[in-house]
Amino acid sequence: MRVRLLDIAHARSGDKGDTANVGVIALRPEWYPVLESLLTRERVAAHFAGVIAGGVDRFVLPNLHALNFLLHGALDGGGTLSLKTDAQGKVYSTALLRMVLEVDPATVAALGLPTIAE
Amino acid sequence: MTDRIVRVASGQGFWGDWPEAPKRQVEQGPVDYLMLDYLAEVTMSIVQKQKERDPRMGYARDFIGAMEGVLPAVLERGVKVIANAGGVNPPACADALLALATSMGQRGRLRLGVVTGDDLLPRLDELLATGHPLANMDTGAPLSEVRDRVLAANAYIGSTPIVEALRGGAQIVITGRSTDTALTMAPLRYEFGWADDAWDQLAAGIIAGHILECGAQSSGGNCLHDWRSIPDLANVGYPIVDARADGSFTVTKHPGTGGRVSIPSVSEQLLYEMGDPHRYITPDVIADFTSIRLADDGPDRVHVSGIRGAPPTDSLKVSIAYRDGWKAVGSLVYAWPDAVEKAQLADRVLRERLDRLGLRFDTILTEFVGAGATHGSLAGPVLPDLPEVQFRIGVRGHDRAAVERFTREIVPLVLNGPPSVTGFAGGRPKVEEIVAYWPALIDKRVVTPTVEIRQ
Repeated sequence: MRVRLLDIAHARSGDKGDTANVGVIALRPEWYPVLESLLTRERVAAHFAGVIAGGVDRFVLPNLHALNFLLHGALDGGGTLSLKTDAQGKVYSTALLRMVLEVDPATVAALGLPTIAE
Repeated sequence: MTDRIVRVASGQGFWGDWPEAPKRQVEQGPVDYLMLDYLAEVTMSIVQKQKERDPRMGYARDFIGAMEGVLPAVLERGVKVIANAGGVNPPACADALLALATSMGQRGRLRLGVVTGDDLLPRLDELLATGHPLANMDTGAPLSEVRDRVLAANAYIGSTPIVEALRGGAQIVITGRSTDTALTMAPLRYEFGWADDAWDQLAAGIIAGHILECGAQSSGGNCLHDWRSIPDLANVGYPIVDARADGSFTVTKHPGTGGRVSIPSVSEQLLYEMGDPHRYITPDVIADFTSIRLADDGPDRVHVSGIRGAPPTDSLKVSIAYRDGWKAVGSLVYAWPDAVEKAQLADRVLRERLDRLGLRFDTILTEFVGAGATHGSLAGPVLPDLPEVQFRIGVRGHDRAAVERFTREIVPLVLNGPPSVTGFAGGRPKVEEIVAYWPALIDKRVVTPTVEIRQ
């Protein structure tokens, strides 16, 4: 079943040079394992393919029910070099929350995850 | 007294933050310390340019305005102020503050601590000659490649000189490029007498600093979580930390203010500009963000505990700014019908003209604001029939004349390009010098912060 990340998580993003970071936090603690197992580095890299120039790193913060992603080459050089409207990566947060995860029906039912129409 | 609480209030999250905030933090309830963060990576080069034009400049002048509003209350109530407003010229910032105090009849009561020693610009050649290559942390390139274009070079210094200034009786401490987090950690280290190797407590002070350093970003500002329900943002309360000697603390804000302090609002700020959460490196300690425990402690109160720290590295980070060419960004607005199509045609026309002029740039970037500028292809297909779209185009390169010429090619499109165009009131865009950022490391032992107490 399809679960939109926006419906199960919130996020904030920022910059370090040409890298944007996105911290993703589960809206409910019990939903965090879904993020940890399905929101992999590879899936996030695929989501941003063609949008960022570099790779993706992932860190887990189970204590905050959160993951931290580093999106490299995301800011057209970053800082004062960048010509982008979002030169500081402030809205990469919601760009990530556009992701749709495929979650098995048993997990959806057990955790009461909100789903979107097929 | 293990249950003693020291209260640090955030009054400014960057140079340009809400002018109201410092006064509100001091006047709307009791606080022990007011923390004001003015410096970002690009700020140092801006203040360096100001200092080159006028040796009495080179600091965050907004700080003097902020202090004009709070100085009487600060002195009356014994609130201490820690600010990295000194930029590349903390002594000049101190002069300005002392002059302000004199004009307000408060000079006799003021005791200032001024921290210097972070500015490496005057020592750059000496450092390069004595085996400190200041290689770029991202690329490995030696600084000598851009040495002749360097505008500013500052080491991020930690809490120790601020603690020293407080021990010297300073009521207001002005620093240059202190880490943002040191502005909060230093008063806690001073008040609680934390040892130099009390890693867990020092790390807690750093994390308290991380929560405060971006102003209202931890108390409901820019908070995505349940944003519609966040009350009274017009009257937003900036965050406050109530810290205890054991390193635990509570994040809150003054009663009667707007915004929200909650686990989600604090969590969002904890992750802001985060790299490896296990190793948040500062000059004083390495903080482990995966050790943080958050607990609800009533309305607008979040209890923070469990924080672990580890010894710091032998290096300090150095923020170097250097000239790296020129850029300009201009825009026009195209209206319904077929707004996007018209904007796309404008883009093609403009690029063809730049080509025919033989202008070359390192980068030309076009965005259609309103039609996927910030999320790119992730935003999906452009909606048909948009009421308007902003055509935004920027160039950068090392040929200033080419960038200058580009700025003259945008507004003519209003009369000689596609129709239904407006939004050109700003006229030609400005050519801006690009000041690029060069992160480096330096051996801690060659940087010696100095504290001066002035009255």
